[in-house]
Amino acid sequence: MNSGFVIAAYILSSILFILSLGGLSHQETARRGNLYGIAGMTIAIVATLLSDQVGNYALIIVSMLVGGTIGAWLAARVEMTAMPELVAILHSFVGLAAVLVGFATYIDPNNHFVGVDKTIHDVEIYLGILIGAVTFTGSVIAFGKLSGRIGSRALILPARHWLNLGILVVCIWLGKVFLDADGTASGMWPLLLMTALALAFGVHMVMAIGGADMPVVISMLNSYSGWAAAATGFMLSNDLLIVTGALVGSSGAILSYIMCRAMNRRFVSVIMGGFGTTSSSGGGGGEEQGEVVSISAEDTAELLGGSDSLVIVPGYGMAVAHAQHAVSELTRKLRDRGVNVRFAIHPVAGRMPGHMNVLLAEAKVPYDIVLEMDEINEDLGSTDVVMVIGANDIVNPSAIDEPDSPIAGMPVLEVWNARTVIVMKRSMASGYAGVENPLFFRENTRMLFGDARDSVESIFANLG
Amino acid sequence: MKIGIPREIQASERRVACTPDEARKLSKLGHEVLVETGAGQEAGYSDAAFTEAGATIINDTTELWSQAEMICKVRAPQRNESIGRDETELLDAGKILIAMLAPAQSEALLKDIAGRGATAMAMEAIPRISRAQKMDVLSSMANIAGYRAVIEAGQHFGRFFTGQITAAGKVPPAKVLVIGAGVAGLAAIGAADSLGAIVRAFDTRPEVKEQIESMNAEFLLLDFAEDGSGEGGYAKVMSEEFIAAEMALFAEQAKEVDIIITTALIPGKPAPKLITREMVESMKPGSVIVDLAAEMGGNCEVTVPNEVVRHGDVTVVGYTDFPSRMASQASQLYATNVRHLITDLTPEKDGVLNVNMEDEVIRSATVVKDGEITWPPPPVKLSAAPKAKPKAAAPVVETPPKNRAWITVAGMAVAGIAILAMGSVAPPSFMNHFIVFVLACFIGWQVIWNVTPALHTPLMSVTNAISGIIVIGALLQVASPGWIGVVLAVIAVTIASINIAGGFLVTQRMLKMFQK
Repeated sequence: MNSGFVIAAYILSSILFILSLGGLSHQETARRGNLYGIAGMTIAIVATLLSDQVGNYALIIVSMLVGGTIGAWLAARVEMTAMPELVAILHSFVGLAAVLVGFATYIDPNNHFVGVDKTIHDVEIYLGILIGAVTFTGSVIAFGKLSGRIGSRALILPARHWLNLGILVVCIWLGKVFLDADGTASGMWPLLLMTALALAFGVHMVMAIGGADMPVVISMLNSYSGWAAAATGFMLSNDLLIVTGALVGSSGAILSYIMCRAMNRRFVSVIMGGFGTTSSSGGGGGEEQGEVVSISAEDTAELLGGSDSLVIVPGYGMAVAHAQHAVSELTRKLRDRGVNVRFAIHPVAGRMPGHMNVLLAEAKVPYDIVLEMDEINEDLGSTDVVMVIGANDIVNPSAIDEPDSPIAGMPVLEVWNARTVIVMKRSMASGYAGVENPLFFRENTRMLFGDARDSVESIFANLG
Repeated sequence: MKIGIPREIQASERRVACTPDEARKLSKLGHEVLVETGAGQEAGYSDAAFTEAGATIINDTTELWSQAEMICKVRAPQRNESIGRDETELLDAGKILIAMLAPAQSEALLKDIAGRGATAMAMEAIPRISRAQKMDVLSSMANIAGYRAVIEAGQHFGRFFTGQITAAGKVPPAKVLVIGAGVAGLAAIGAADSLGAIVRAFDTRPEVKEQIESMNAEFLLLDFAEDGSGEGGYAKVMSEEFIAAEMALFAEQAKEVDIIITTALIPGKPAPKLITREMVESMKPGSVIVDLAAEMGGNCEVTVPNEVVRHGDVTVVGYTDFPSRMASQASQLYATNVRHLITDLTPEKDGVLNVNMEDEVIRSATVVKDGEITWPPPPVKLSAAPKAKPKAAAPVVETPPKNRAWITVAGMAVAGIAILAMGSVAPPSFMNHFIVFVLACFIGWQVIWNVTPALHTPLMSVTNAISGIIVIGALLQVASPGWIGVVLAVIAVTIASINIAGGFLVTQRMLKMFQK
């Protein structure tokens, strides 16, 4: 098969990938988009397999089958609440693959570059492995934090910025040593050393980021995995890899930006880490906030039964309690009774962009009643009841009222404007940001303590 | 602690201070509830219902009073003719009485209770602060009174509230004027509005304008600059000029409206006379006035407390027992208020009472403490109006747009120069790939912004799958000479395949869930 044909196939794949991402702009076209992606991937792999450079088919087919089976198995059994973990671990695979391909390319004796070409090629390998290694360990740590294997609090080492800076300087120096090396063997040790440093950096970077910033971290690692693929593309002079890597990279970058904006935090400060531990001045300044009024599930059921409109604000607590199915049942029952039930989703609710939407979709909540923050904030004032399920910081009025609060300026769902707010919570602990929430002390707020799923089920039972 | 619920002895009183529901909740606090036979009968709560809720029924009044350590009543103690004794005499030393005692008007009663060495708490004396709203009987009873006032008006008003156009002709909607927009006034506005009447409302406190309008009523504005807000959210006495202007407004309205509901009260003062005899006479025949202030002398000159009188062609309702006329509901609300107070009195939920005089709500409610009169209480720090918060400091000065434009231009210039510099050293083969890279970034930028936020998770999983394209790089290496390279490449192919299969399949699984 000649290379012209392969390149033509790659063009088709690139277009299909772009269409695939474009399809995600609406729920109606999203599934078709995913099919485009699958088609693009198939074309690319088949064309590559048919090209002259590829041999050892038995080995390839076996390893692809093994990998494919593992992937399919993961995809089939993962719970929707565990999606962030899956996404994180998949990122780490891309990073690891980039590292491996980088090393394989470096030791490939078929490469005969000289002069500037050799320098550029070496730089590409170096960068590809660097980004891949950071993505790999960073994602593994993110996976650990999300699945609860590692504590989600930010780990703050002393002088951590200097540590990071030191690693950067050493990496640059190693890069120079690597470029000056005159053979594969003598270039190997700086490359390995740099890989070790990059792996350590990935660990340190994500360890320093607190649980509430996870949506940003996930999107950022998404972006890194894309750049790693793009760097690999440069290394192999493969335009398809470059295009795909750039698409994924910019996708992750945009998601990170959206998440940061939703939290009113600067990207750099998220990456620097330490949110939730540095905010020693909890908003409210120690002022006695008043008393919380609790409510029972029976009374909540009565209140909901008598209301005309209900807005449900889900947060990470709903995912933790696996309450989405119970919430969906409740929604259906109330809608059958003519209550206008809608959902309000804050961009950073949950641990991953769009996390809540997926959970609600899993529980068969129609997506046209699931609205974004900007779409529904205006309507909250004329809503009878708002039910906050396991969310805290995203409904915190101090973001607006208290300029000194650590979350000041963060856009929040203004649930307190509704006639009654029911907050379901396990206890009075503060959210991930470690900030007191004056919402709980408002006059129109009623607290429903307990496990979110038990509470929702109990409300459902009491609706009669 | 044993809580006794005696039967109310005042003839017109149909309420009871506890309901089976609340009895159940009280027992959760560690209390035992004793109920006198037939105490809830008039309010629709049978002895059987109380027994079922875990309360003990006691036949004998004296027995109940002697067994119970705390007595909850609706009305203040008075002479019980059936046993020939005054209720105060039944209240032994050390016991606690909770009732509506009207402490400001009943000095003698407080003295009697103090003489017995008991403790008394007046439900009306609970301060109107946010934390105590759940025990505020004035609000809960006023709410009922307001609603009932409209229903009573309807009883005597021989026409529809709502306007209709029927085959038999047009029926105009009733016009209702509500004077005083406190809790009762607002409840009356709500009830009248939901029956379809045209509602107007007047209050001396301008800040209630919004509340009135939120209830769909028209706020009658008096063109006069004087604020009638007194301490604690109540109204105060107005100046003479204001009253003159107000009366002129009422005189004019009286000719127009069909129903007037007055709720104007000033704490500790007789009710202001707002509707004069002339105004009543000027009203249309068949009109109705409901005077919710009748107990304090009435807002209308012709009101006779506790009676319905006809003044010419106008009916004037002067009942003083509106809440009692909805005894079941009123009892439920009153009992809930009382239970909240008892909850605060039993902080440990172990049935042990703690009359904590440091707590400002309990302090205010307690009018007699162990034989000593503690009325009036020290003033409560009121927080009815939100504290004026210092305005937030101006946000960080934003970079002026002009500067921003410069920054953009400078950034673009730097990026351009960097690319040119790179082009001058890099070979064309690299620059070709670089073009592809930059353009792909731009396409990605355009496409991703269109992705709906609801699909961000599928977006991440699909990009996961797509970045599995790195498998191509690995595939090209599998055939390379040297076993290390092959091993590395095979591992890379395997894990990249996990990504591809896992990413696409999980995306497909998720997207299937999104449905209308």
